[in-house]
Amino acid sequence: MRNEKIIKSLIELIRKAETQLPSDVKNAIRDAFEKETSETAKTQLKAILTNIELAEKHLIPMCQDTGTPTFFIRAGVNSPFLRNLPNALTEAVKKATQEVPLRPNTVNPFTGVNPRNNIGEGVPIIHWELVGGSEIQVIALPKGGGSENMSFLAMLPPGVGVKGVKKFILECVIKSNGKPCPPVIVGVGIGGGADMAMELAKKAILRPVGERNKNKRVAELELELLKVINQTGIGPMGLGGETTALDVHVEWAYRHPASLPVGVLMQCWAARKAEMTIYPNGEIKIK
Amino acid sequence: MTVYHLKTPVKEEEVRKLKIRDILYISGKMFTARDEGHKKMLEMKERGKELPFNPSEMVMFHCGPLIRKKSSDEWEVVAAGPTTSIRMEVFEDEFIKEFKTRVIVGKGGMGERTAKAMQKFGAVYAAYTGGAAVLAAKAIKKVENVFWLDELGMPEAAWILNVENFGPLVVTIDCHGGNLTEEIIANVESRKDKLLAMLK
Repeated sequence: MRNEKIIKSLIELIRKAETQLPSDVKNAIRDAFEKETSETAKTQLKAILTNIELAEKHLIPMCQDTGTPTFFIRAGVNSPFLRNLPNALTEAVKKATQEVPLRPNTVNPFTGVNPRNNIGEGVPIIHWELVGGSEIQVIALPKGGGSENMSFLAMLPPGVGVKGVKKFILECVIKSNGKPCPPVIVGVGIGGGADMAMELAKKAILRPVGERNKNKRVAELELELLKVINQTGIGPMGLGGETTALDVHVEWAYRHPASLPVGVLMQCWAARKAEMTIYPNGEIKIK
Repeated sequence: MTVYHLKTPVKEEEVRKLKIRDILYISGKMFTARDEGHKKMLEMKERGKELPFNPSEMVMFHCGPLIRKKSSDEWEVVAAGPTTSIRMEVFEDEFIKEFKTRVIVGKGGMGERTAKAMQKFGAVYAAYTGGAAVLAAKAIKKVENVFWLDELGMPEAAWILNVENFGPLVVTIDCHGGNLTEEIIANVESRKDKLLAMLK
């Protein structure tokens, strides 16, 4: 019974993520529209804003690429619902594929076969974080293929320093150009190992637009990069303009003395995300 | 930048007037085509087989739509944003030459081969805002027909759509050698060193 309720709520979580853009992203696109001086850029941002409104009004996915089902979970180790959660997520994705609906987006890399239910080896993608307590927080982050294709990893020689890191990030944005559907949110992970740098980069895009890293030095780096990225002239959809990125988010970890890993990825304007909490008494809230 | 409301069939002299950055709104008939659709149509042409519709009278849309069945013979378009056009670069010059499609709509721009064919035969490429799938779906008034659905599957099939004021589309490749996407890329590349030097 309780599992049924969790599955139902997860379907609603997915529907919310697919159809309603978080207000921080919406506001950032609106601000960009007000500030833009390029006529072409304005038409693109206007089309995006109208599209967002229509998706919300009709509860339809805002982009035809409904993404790879991806979840970030902060799991309280004492939650009674932890054990069934992986199964519930798989069931919810299958059902949401029919009900929302979602585009069938999982393909076997060897045979090319698409099971048409968004499930497969390794999918849904789940990032686990174990925490104390008995609450579970689930974040749905369906991300499209076009922006995911613009992901980069560099194992820089530590000698290049922070300046070298910044250069690499800017080069990634220039290389991506209009391909990840800008205005983008640039996610950056610095430090850890190769895997951690990429994971931190993805975690970075979970942070609301306009919210800075708690570390003052990292926060300054974010703002400096954002300023220069918006002077590239790439603009919305790569058709020119002042809004290439809505924000730059950097997360970091300590590194090995011999390595300076940097992971960079782009989140498209349809920066979809929704959050849900499962309380120990079985109550569920979608935010 | 001029705004044009075009009705299909779009004539060659109409597209020859267009310039990059012009905005288009299309009313009339559109067909969807991705990699497999291009391949299929070109193969049919090569074998001398007649296509079930006329691509020269319609606008081509690089799109793999999300469509559901409303009733046994009625379809509903849920979402229909553009797909990345550059994948079709290997087919498009040949396609334009064979079928004389005048307006091609997609995302991200196309390459040199397509641009040359557009100049020679009279066609333009117009970019639709990536991901704006609901906006696109709302401009689609009716699904008129679908070809090769069983053979190619939903995204690759040729969907014949009746559209009204489909746009805004930005002309990014015109018949005069203009390519807006390439222009923006060249511009940022030429200023790359300056931009990198701005970093502290």
